[in-house]
Amino acid sequence: MSDPVVVKPPGGTGPAGAPRGAAANTPAPPPEAPIPPQTEVEPKSPHVRPGDRIFKGLATGSGVFIVALIGAIGVFLLVQAIPSLALDNVNFLFSREWSTGDVGNMRFGILDLFLVTVVSAAFALIIAMPIALGIALFLTQYAPRRLARPFAYVIDLLAAVPSIIFGLWGLFVLGPVLTPIGEWLISSLGFIPLFAKGNVSIALGGTIFTAGIVLAVMILPIITAVSREVFDRTPGPHVEGAIALGATKWEVVRTTVLPFGKAGYVSASMLGLGRALGETIALTIILSATGSSFGWSLFDGGATFASKIALAAPEFNDPRSAGAYIAAGLVLFVLTFVVNAIARSIVAGRKEYE
Amino acid sequence: MSTDTADLSRLATPPTFQSVSTARKAKNLTATVLVGLAFLIAVVPLVWVLYTVVQRGFPVVLNADWWQKSLSGLLSRQTGGGVYHAIYGTLVQGLVCGLISVPIGLFVAVYLVEYGGRSRLSKATTFMVDILTGVPSIVAALFVYSLWITTFGFGRSGFAVSLALVLLMVPVIVRTTEEMLKIVPDELREASYALGIPKWKTIVKIVIPTALSGILTGVMLALARVMGETAPVLVLAAYAPYINYNLFDGPMASLPLLMTSERNNPTEAGFDRIWGAAITLVLIITLFNLLATVISRWLAPKTK
Repeated sequence: MSDPVVVKPPGGTGPAGAPRGAAANTPAPPPEAPIPPQTEVEPKSPHVRPGDRIFKGLATGSGVFIVALIGAIGVFLLVQAIPSLALDNVNFLFSREWSTGDVGNMRFGILDLFLVTVVSAAFALIIAMPIALGIALFLTQYAPRRLARPFAYVIDLLAAVPSIIFGLWGLFVLGPVLTPIGEWLISSLGFIPLFAKGNVSIALGGTIFTAGIVLAVMILPIITAVSREVFDRTPGPHVEGAIALGATKWEVVRTTVLPFGKAGYVSASMLGLGRALGETIALTIILSATGSSFGWSLFDGGATFASKIALAAPEFNDPRSAGAYIAAGLVLFVLTFVVNAIARSIVAGRKEYE
Repeated sequence: MSTDTADLSRLATPPTFQSVSTARKAKNLTATVLVGLAFLIAVVPLVWVLYTVVQRGFPVVLNADWWQKSLSGLLSRQTGGGVYHAIYGTLVQGLVCGLISVPIGLFVAVYLVEYGGRSRLSKATTFMVDILTGVPSIVAALFVYSLWITTFGFGRSGFAVSLALVLLMVPVIVRTTEEMLKIVPDELREASYALGIPKWKTIVKIVIPTALSGILTGVMLALARVMGETAPVLVLAAYAPYINYNLFDGPMASLPLLMTSERNNPTEAGFDRIWGAAITLVLIITLFNLLATVISRWLAPKTK
């Protein structure tokens, strides 16, 4: 660009209003001849074609619509929840009761739902994170170039399987297989509260343990997909530098790919956590209902926010009892909103990931 | 010529490249094995799930009645019947959702790529699309319930389900379309502007057609995703064992809803219906995925 041979077109230095094309076509005027005034090309107010205005309006309107939509979700859920919250006879945040059948005496609190939701999602995340990291590294660094794409497609297929099928598989197929493992954990590690005997029958497999493993399978593809994208963007010179220093494959990964992709990987895991918190039907199918409260064991049953709502949904008839579930839904919405917002903020503004 | 042969076998200087120590080799090998193992671990549940579905569902769907009849008039323990009523519901709810979502998603993406630039609204929209991607399907369903059913006073219907699915489909379409529009070369836009074509016509006639194959692929994948959603149908539609063509009124079956309602049926017939519906759903989703691949091959911009 800074080539000295290039002659700047006269339009570049001409009067601000002069059209470039015209100035470029006419040879530079001799100094004694004054430039004729070009009144007809005065910069008038830019004429916008109606088609342009309509199209831009539609596009901008859609953008505003999306922003308004998220606000509307929060507002509508809140408006529906407030009357029921006013009728609640126990503390909404700290009670473990949930009975909304008698609208004259509604007693509902979300503590148990919250704990079961968070514990099952966290358990799923603990299982899924290392595996997803391994898969992402395998697909970007280890797998042969030609096979990387079909392999990645296989992992994406996991995301295409509907969650209801994962739920049925988890309850009918995986649950019975996990039962002996669970029994062994209870008998040998039962002194740790997390592996204590739970409040539902382990023979049926409807425990947080089963649910967490199924959830882990379900969030694997999302964590893998996002991490893969970030790992793929590791700058080539970093990798080549490490190789030139004699690093083994693993040392290349440890010294270049992992430090570069760490933030992206953490963000991906948060996205996976958000997905696990909101997963509905698989947990509705798997988790056994129980009357007793959550006792911090992986072999407890119970209900998450989403599964509690889904179980009661067909009987939403009275707006007051439905409002109780909508209040729980609102808490879930806020929870996933916060988790997703954190996930985005980790990678936001990082130019190297663009 | 009198050089001692013993000297030749010794290097004059120490070797530049030290051999890799055993410890490093072992670490490298461990990492390679672990990473490969992680991939295999992920393949196990996929194969296992698909095997379960095929093994339990395949005998059921081989019967021609499965595709041509509904479960109308059958007792819960009676075998036979079919699910065409549920297939109809799934397809129609999905397609109507697509009809609403595609224009919205397309316009949002066009706004983000062509008009938004780095404005504050554009940043807010990108953020909100991200948030919308993470909204749980049950929350989307509750939102439509409190908007459409409680506030507006409509009944439960297939259309309410479509509305909830729109919330889940729009962000997917925006994301894929945005990516596709971004890779349309600027030269094409500039050439069009140079010919005096208005911006909107440039977008409609040049930019979108160039990106069309990618956009349609994204739409197909998004459709496949929303058709398997269960939470919205659970909240917003009532199950009917018979065909209901009317999207706006009355109970309407869909495959996920059929599966959840047959879960209360402990008989052999109920078992068959659940896994038959499962494999039907997987087949429909596979079909849409294949369609996506075909479209992307067919409509891909021809480069000579």
